[in-house]
Amino acid sequence: MKIVVCMKPVPSSEARINIASDGRSIDPTDVEMVANPYDEYAVEEALRIKEARGEGEVIVLTVAAEAARSEIRKCLAMGVDRGVIVQDPALLGGDGIGTARVLAAVIRELEPELVLCGKLSIDVESDVVGIALAEYLDWPHVSLATKIEWPDGKMAKVQREIEGGAEIVEVSLPAVVTAEKGLNEPRYASLKGIMAAKRKPIEAVTPSVDAGQVGAAGAGVEIVAMNPPPARGGGKKFEGEIEEVVPQVVELLKSEAKIL
Amino acid sequence: MAGRVLVFAEQRDGQCRKSVFEALGLAAQLGDEVHALLVGDAVASQAAELGAHGAQTVHTVEDERLARYWNEGYAAALAAAIDTVQPDLVLLIATVMGKDLLARVAARRNLAALTDCITLTENEGTFEAVKSMYGGKIFATIRAKRTPAIASLRPSAYPVPERQEAQPTVQALAVDLPAEQRARVVEVRKKEEGQIDVQEAEVIVSGGRGIKDPKNFEMIAGLAQVFGAAVGASRAAVDAGWIDHSHQVGQTGKTVSPKLYVAVGISGAIQHLAGMRTSQCILAINKDPDAPIFSIADYGIVGDLFKVVPALVAEVKKVQA
Ligand SMILES: Cc1cc2nc3c(=O)[nH]c(=O)nc-3n(C[C@H](O)[C@H](O)[C@H](O)COP(=O)(O)OP(=O)(O)OC[C@H]3O[C@@H](n4cnc5c(N)ncnc54)[C@H](O)[C@@H]3O)c2cc1C
Ligand SMILES: Nc1ncnc2c1ncn2[C@@H]1O[C@H](COP(=O)(O)O)[C@@H](O)[C@H]1O
Repeated sequence: MKIVVCMKPVPSSEARINIASDGRSIDPTDVEMVANPYDEYAVEEALRIKEARGEGEVIVLTVAAEAARSEIRKCLAMGVDRGVIVQDPALLGGDGIGTARVLAAVIRELEPELVLCGKLSIDVESDVVGIALAEYLDWPHVSLATKIEWPDGKMAKVQREIEGGAEIVEVSLPAVVTAEKGLNEPRYASLKGIMAAKRKPIEAVTPSVDAGQVGAAGAGVEIVAMNPPPARGGGKKFEGEIEEVVPQVVELLKSEAKIL
Repeated sequence: MAGRVLVFAEQRDGQCRKSVFEALGLAAQLGDEVHALLVGDAVASQAAELGAHGAQTVHTVEDERLARYWNEGYAAALAAAIDTVQPDLVLLIATVMGKDLLARVAARRNLAALTDCITLTENEGTFEAVKSMYGGKIFATIRAKRTPAIASLRPSAYPVPERQEAQPTVQALAVDLPAEQRARVVEVRKKEEGQIDVQEAEVIVSGGRGIKDPKNFEMIAGLAQVFGAAVGASRAAVDAGWIDHSHQVGQTGKTVSPKLYVAVGISGAIQHLAGMRTSQCILAINKDPDAPIFSIADYGIVGDLFKVVPALVAEVKKVQA
């Protein structure tokens, strides 16, 4: 089976995020980039499917600037066969819907049977790309997968997490599935994998899309300001005897926070 | 702008989610015509409740294939309602269902998409949202460059409006559902009875590595019970296998905004804060006075959780009695 995994490079969750001088973007200086953690689950799942079947190809696809090649290499080191990158500036800088249009255009050419995405990118948290991509491909989708089974090899049986439980969804291929934490434990790249990755191809492509619908020009939304989160200061810390402190706190929960 | 707002009235098992009413309250602030859309099988009985919370017109799409969430069927229904109502704004709640549906329909109708909004306002004819980014390290203001816009509201971000005596107009909407169910829910597994989901709870009591042993989640559950709260957890507790991942709060867990969040034996790593920093009130219990969780807590108790939690249970019970 041919599988495409959509991977977005994002600042590591540990990274210190500083707002740039324009007040509406991030200062990239010294920000460590990683593959979006949910996309790592998607990569791992694709590799497991390929291994279980003993055949197939796993391609990682990224819409991002040139710099993203090192995150693609890391996926190749995990075992992905090849990388595809879209780095044409006119196609970047859009919103999630625009990114989905670009991804769809590339995926139409690649003709996989399955596309795996993360459930969310932890940078801008747009939370639309995987599903919007399915819409543009006119494929079905299942989001938030925590388990994927293959009862007859063709149809996928996907467990997805919902509030208070889980849904089991049967989906025909081709399909888009987005990965939730719990799907698997991503492997670490082996030394052999890292060496092998150096020889694996990363191809730059420029899909044909309607320029008015993608990039910054085509975006339906734009960031007008970035701010640090509102300070939560003024908290009260109690270090005294528990017998005295606990009633005080409960009283505050009642009178001040109006919870009890 | 006096405009039209269409609210997707999410229901499961025939029951509208409370946050739907929050969305109706906001809809009445943002527009002068409030429509609601009910999708499911035999759900029209919910229309009166929607009317009592501000929906003037309730559009219904009923079909037995819609009894469970069917993403392409629900998307067809919402797209049809948009074509009929011609709203300036489509409002959903940022739940599992709302997020799923928003993305499909935004793509299908090329709508400006604002997701997981903490606030949503109208400014000179355009909609503007504040949302969390970079795991809560940034609060960004996002502007929709065109209308209609489609937005999902973070649950509990807005209050439920007061009930009013009002009868909505109810209209059945004819929709061409896709002939084939390419993605079909074949089973719904519910958690144990009596367990409250962190995404639906007004109060959450979370345990971290500091509780030391999986069996101490019983103590956490005991505290949760007196508050009528859901049990949450840090990733350290989940990764140790002490509790299921569905309880995890944080960057790779759930994002929650309850009225009260109680963090027990949780240090307050940046990835944990990402999931709970927009809680209305935070109470932290930790024996380390320098634990980062205290920097965002409204109330912090420095002490041994094994002593503090039982004292807290007793005291809350006393106050409630
Ligand atoms: C990509 C990525 C994603 C992540 N996603 C998440 C996420 O979604 N959610 C999340 O929670 N974490 C996440 N993490 C992990 C995060 O960095 C922390 O490791 C984790 O939150 C720590 O959990 P903890 O606070 O329970 O444990 P610790 O940091 O070990 O803290 C335990 C605390 O308990 C206190 N304690 C111990 N004994 C007692 C006692 N007797 N009485 C009172 N207090 C006591 C200690 O003082 C300490 O502060 C993520 C990390 C990465 C790299
Ligand atoms: N620029 C991108 N390149 C490749 N994949 C992406 C990109 N942006 C988003 N994705 C995919 O879509 C998922 C959801 O992203 P988002 O909608 O931005 O939260 C991610 O986990 C990726 O799998």
